[in-house]
Formats: sequence, C-alpha cells, structure tokens
Amino acid sequence: MVTETSMTDSSAYVAFDGVQKSYDGKTLVVKDLNLKIEKGEFVTMLGPSGSGKTTCLMMLAGFETATHGQILLDGVSINNIPPHKRGIGMVFQNYALFPHMTVGENLSFPLEVRGMDKSTRQDKVQRALDMVRMGEFGSRRPAQLSGGQQQRIAVARALVFDAELVLMDEPLGALDKQLREEMQYEIKRIHENLGVTVVYVTHDQSEALTMSDRIAVFDDGRIQQLAGPSELYEKPETSFVAQFIGENNKFTGRVEELVGDVAHVSVGDTTIKALAVNCGGKGDLSQLSIRPERVTIGELGDNVVDAKVCELIYLGDHIRCRLDVLGNDEFVVKVPNASNQKVPEVGGETSISWSTQDCRALDHAEVAA
Amino acid sequence: MTTELEDGPILTADDKPLSVALRKALFRQKMRALMLIAPLLLFVLITFVWPIIGMLFRSVDNSVVPETLPKTVAAMESWSPTGPTDTPPEAVYAAFAADMQVAADERTHTVVGGRLNYETPGIASKFRQLGREVKGWDLENDGPFKEKLIAEDEAWGELFIWETIKTYSGGYTTGYYASSVDRRLTSEGVVARDADEAIYLRLFWRTILMSLIITCMCALLGYPIAWMLSNTLDRYANLLLILVLLPFWTSLLVRTSAWKVLLQEQGVINSTLESIGIIDSPLPLMYNQFGTIVAMTHILLPFMILPMYSVMKTIPPSYLRAAKSLGANDITAFRRVYFPQSVPGIGAGAILTFILSIGYYITPEIVGGSTGIFISNRIAYNISSTLNWGLAAALGGMLLIMVMVLYWIYDRVVGIDNVKLG
Ligand SMILES: Nc1ncnc2c1ncn2[C@@H]1O[C@H](COP(=O)(O)OP(=O)(O)OP(=O)(O)O)[C@@H](O)[C@H]1O
Ligand SMILES: [Mg+2]
Repeated sequence: MVTETSMTDSSAYVAFDGVQKSYDGKTLVVKDLNLKIEKGEFVTMLGPSGSGKTTCLMMLAGFETATHGQILLDGVSINNIPPHKRGIGMVFQNYALFPHMTVGENLSFPLEVRGMDKSTRQDKVQRALDMVRMGEFGSRRPAQLSGGQQQRIAVARALVFDAELVLMDEPLGALDKQLREEMQYEIKRIHENLGVTVVYVTHDQSEALTMSDRIAVFDDGRIQQLAGPSELYEKPETSFVAQFIGENNKFTGRVEELVGDVAHVSVGDTTIKALAVNCGGKGDLSQLSIRPERVTIGELGDNVVDAKVCELIYLGDHIRCRLDVLGNDEFVVKVPNASNQKVPEVGGETSISWSTQDCRALDHAEVAA
Repeated sequence: MTTELEDGPILTADDKPLSVALRKALFRQKMRALMLIAPLLLFVLITFVWPIIGMLFRSVDNSVVPETLPKTVAAMESWSPTGPTDTPPEAVYAAFAADMQVAADERTHTVVGGRLNYETPGIASKFRQLGREVKGWDLENDGPFKEKLIAEDEAWGELFIWETIKTYSGGYTTGYYASSVDRRLTSEGVVARDADEAIYLRLFWRTILMSLIITCMCALLGYPIAWMLSNTLDRYANLLLILVLLPFWTSLLVRTSAWKVLLQEQGVINSTLESIGIIDSPLPLMYNQFGTIVAMTHILLPFMILPMYSVMKTIPPSYLRAAKSLGANDITAFRRVYFPQSVPGIGAGAILTFILSIGYYITPEIVGGSTGIFISNRIAYNISSTLNWGLAAALGGMLLIMVMVLYWIYDRVVGIDNVKLG
C-alpha cells in the first residue's frame, strides 16, 4: 500500500514513476514503485533482505535499467543517461575504495575525470577530508584504514565532486554498534551542513528512525508505507509495517461491524474495539496491532481483557511482562518501574486494558512476519 | 605488556627487547611450517636442485683431460708456445706417449680425443690412430718420441693440437661457457668464433625475442577471455573454463601435430585460401618463426589465462561501478580502476608463459624448421647427437642465468610483489 504525500510533481527532485524491475523475466523484484523525493531530503529505504532496496538504488544510479516505468531526476527522465553522466554520488555497501590508490587519489579521481586542475583538486580533496575529520589520512592506502575510517572516506568521495544526490547502500552494515551510532550522527551532520539529498538503504530500523526525514518501508518489491519516523511507528498502515517497525502485539480476528472509524473485531469470544485503519469491511479478517507501551495493567482503557502472566523480565527503567492474552502467549506489556505501579506476579491472573485509539485494525497478511 | 624506555628499544615484561622476543616467536612458527613442507623440500632437493647442481658442475668439468693425460699436463706446465711453429720439447712428447699407452690400454684415449674434438674438430681421429700404434711401443728405448709421433702423423708436429691440450689441461674449464656464447678459448685468451660457427648468441636472442612475442600474444588474446570468465554468470563461466582447459586434455604432441596439419604447405589453411582464390601459391606458414609463434601461443594460452582469471575473479564489480558513479566513462573506469588491479594477474601469467616458452622444445622442434627453433632444441641436439653434454650444460646454465637476469629486471620494473595468482 503506497501512501502518496501531498507533494506535486514539479517539486520532486527524484521521482520513481511506476517503476518495475525483473532480472530474469519471470519474477518482478520491484513491483510498481512510486516514490517522490524532495531536494535536501533524507529518505531511507527500509526493508527485509531481498525486498528490492539495492535494486532500486542501482536503477537510480544507472547500473540497472528499469524494466518498466520512469525515473526522473530534477524533472528529467534519466532512463537513457549512462551512470557516469548522472552525477550521483554513491557509497557502496563494501565502500569500493580503489585499493591501488591512496585515499587522496581516491578522492581526487572524480575531480580528475571532470578535468579539474591540480590545485583545485587538492583544495577540494582536503576540504572533503576535513569534512569527515580525516584530514591527516590523505596519503594512506584504503587497506591501512579501519572500517569506520574507510566508511568516512567513501562518504567523502561520494561528496567531493559536489553531487547533489547521494545514494548510500547500507554503508554502516559492517561496523560495530558504537561506531555505527557515531557514523550515523556524522552522516546526519554532513547532510544538514551540505543540504544534499540522500537516499539511504538499511535494514536496521533504529538507524532508519534516527536518521531519516522520511522512511519508505519496502517489502516484496513494494513500498508498504512512506512516512516520517514518528508516523511510521505510531500510525502503521499495514500489518507488515506494524510488525517490522518496533515491537508489536497482534491478534487476528474478524470484523463484526464498523461504527464510524471504530471497528468491532471478534477475537475468539471477545470483541475488541479498534481504530479501523486498513481492515476492509464487515466479515473480513483483520490483524489488530497494539504497541506494548500503550497497554496498561488494570482496568483503565476502553478495552479490558484478562491475562495470565507468563514471564517477567526486569530491565531497570521498566519491567517487561509476557502475558497470555486471548490465546496469544507472546503478548508483551512494558510496565514502567514507578513507585505506585502494581506489578503482577508470574503465574497470576490480571486484567489489562488499552484505549481504542491505540489499537489499530490492519489488513490480514497471510505471511506477516 | 610492553614498556617504552626513554631512549631505547621497547622491552617485554621480562626485560628482553621486543624485537628479539618477536623473532623468537616467529622462528618457532617458521620451523613448524618447515616441518610440514619437509617431504616436498626433500623431493625438490633430490629431483630438482641436485640435477641442476650436477648440470652446472658438468658445464665446467674438464677432469677427463688431466686424468687421462696426467704426465703430459705436468710436462706441459713449463712450456708455452713462443711462435706459430714452436712445438713442445721432447719431454712433452715422451710424457704424452706414456699417457697414451696407458689410455689405449684402458680405452680412454678416444674419450679424451672426443673431448678435445669439441674444441678443435679433427683431433679425435688423430687420437684414435695413435692409440692403435702406441700399444706396441717400448717407452724406454723407442725415443725420441717427437720424431716418432710426427712420422706417425704430421699433425703431431703442428702447434694447434698441443695448444688445445694445453688450453684444456685444467680440471675445470670455462671453455663450454665460452662456446655457448660463440667464443673459443686459446692460449692467447678468449676469441670470437668464425661467423659460420657462431650460432648460439643468435639462438639465445631469438629465443628471448620469440618468447616475448609469444607472451605478448598470449596476454593480448587471453585478457579479454579472462575478463569474460570472471564477469559472466557462474554456469557460463564454468563452461568457458572447461573450454580453456580443454587443450590440457590432449597430448601436447597431438596439438602440435594438429598445427602441422593446419599450417603445412598443402595444409588446411593454405588449400582453403588457394581454393577460394586469395593466394596463388602456398604461404610459408610453418617451418619458420611464424609457425612456432602461432603454435606456441595456442599451447601456452591457458597458462596466461588462468592466473589472470584468478586475479580478476577477486576484483569486485563494485569497483567499476564506483568509478562510473564518480563520473568516469567506461574506458577511463577500465584504464584507471580495473586494469591496474588486474596487472598482478598479467604479471603472473607473463612470467609463467615466458619462462615456459623460453625453455620450450617440442613445438619449435616440430613446426619451427631451421629458423624457428629455440635454444633448447640446440641443447637437445648437443645431448643426443654430438654428445657434448658439457656444452649442453653450459647452454642450460646460460639460459638459467638469463632467466634470472630477466626476473631481476622484471622485479625492478614491475615489482615482484605485484604478481599474484589470486
Ligand atoms: N543481478 C541479479 N540477478 C538476478 N536477481 C537479482 C540480482 N540482484 C538481485 N536479485 C534478486 O532481486 C531481489 C532483490 O534484491 P536486492 O539486492 O534489491 O535486495 P535488497 O533489498 O537490497 O536486500 P539486502 O537487504 O539483502 O541487501 C532478490 O530476490 C535477489 O535475489
Ligand atoms: Mg542490498
């Protein structure tokens, strides 16, 4: 399901227009991709492995051709423009720094092929190195750098020729957690300073949430939802997105009736009221989705159900309760560790509740992960 | 734990220099590795290093002369010719007669004659004749031997035989090496051989030149194939690889003979060209350098392709993509990014092909004729036809030295670290 934003064609810097891609002529790897990206935006493509993210990036960079549809850059179709004339900076998953050149030569390469003279080149290379805080490393070989340093050089190389659009394909995939967070901040800082447009690919949702202006969630060759981080987390539109982003409790039930924007969904013998987002009509199967932190212990909300406590995990700031609710024994509630909070006991019975607004009735996907 | 002193080497915790400790640790590692390769090392020593040492020894060995003619050699020590007609004194002749009598009894006089015949053709028959006569002589009473020998054959009264014996009287000689570069040892030092005898330098030069041409041809023809092999889908690549390796499944002799069928005067190529009217008379496609180059390029091609392939296989396609995304067109991306990274493969393939081809024997022998043969054919000739093993060994030694010099030049120019097999 694609969420169209309110942008108009003319303001879109990058536009995928009904793009399809097949490698083998039998299966579509990308099915009907529509995506508009504004100038200066940081858009992330997020999705599980094999969902077609790299393929989309490669089509934009020009290394793969779209089987159908158009890709527009600044309003111009680039389908027939070879990669080296697109002027798109790219950071590859394995960095692809040329091993036989020094860092400086790597950075100066795009300037050389553009015919810049030596002093301009040196100037720009030094500035790009300083930007990624690697000013001292110009004469080293890529092999003599750590993973994080190589990554910075790869970013610097993609930016040194003043590309206005930079594509990054899981650039932080090979880094450890701490370095990763540092680099996320670094990339974000560079993006804000230079005002370049970034299309970023990752399958790490926290990375996507912290860095992006908007996130396109990919699955099965389609964009499931395109929205800002908070909207994506709080208002998922498909069961896939609800499941993929953050933690999620789910029930499968049948829609009994629709009252305004509230759906009455029967799960077993119990009827639950939920916000009708994407649940079809009366009689359809629907998946209900509730975030763990929106459920409270006790009978406070619109929906109250009984639960059996299976497991408690103490996490300092909160306690994680795994409950058996309506036959789903993977139901998780995060109980804040507050002085007045009642914490249930393992094996005990309790009631839990949530408000109708926090429970979203979504599509029923057979293969929801 | 390491500590750095104010101004001294870094020490380990127990105050030994770090470098010493490291060397010790590495030494143990090295020894263990050595143990693992010991069987191979032994094998190589016995089957490779030892024969080479033996061959190098043979190329300077001249022991047959002093051992067969010990008295003559001793008597000659004080003699040196002062003019073109100055023959040795009677003492030398007497000593020679004594030596020859012993040698004739042991039938070694023909051996020494044969040895000296390499240097001065014609000597062998003189030795053989004299060997027959000398048996009946009474060494005590039959003198003076100078007259007696000259009466036997006038050649014994001429300087050249004695000069040859004197020049080659030592246990070791550089004579074979001199011969291998078209020189000859005389009592006046090293002189050039006559033009009609001078063949080896030209052969060496031709061998190197043609090997270089063959190597270049292999590189030019093999590079695109190696590139294709490393850049197509695996299942096609495997098929292609089998095609590349296919020649290894047929005998070298068969493949070379196949070239003969193709290239000879009435062969496939000539008769086809003639029948479609492109040429009137057959082209000389074999028994010359052209034939050798074509056939050897074909035969050595896999040795060029495989190292290049294994190196290219390790170059990820993302490098080319990265180059293009940075604005380089196809040619620039290839020239600046892909090609430099494939150079080690070309280097490895080139060294392999060049060294194989410089010592090649069968193919030049079959299709080379007289202008297309290599030095190794001459070595084989010396071993099997003239039986001059010393010269063959010296030629082999020269070849070895040349390969080593070329290797050194290569290391200087390209850098041997720049060679890898994948
Ligand atoms: N060159 C290719 N030839 C054939 N099929 C391909 C090729 N590249 C990718 N595919 C297929 O296309 C689908 C999408 O691949 P893609 O690389 O775009 O996934 P991705 O979303 O980038 O995954 P990941 O997160 O693992 O990188 C996969 O099923 C993959 O097998
Ligand atoms: Mg990918």
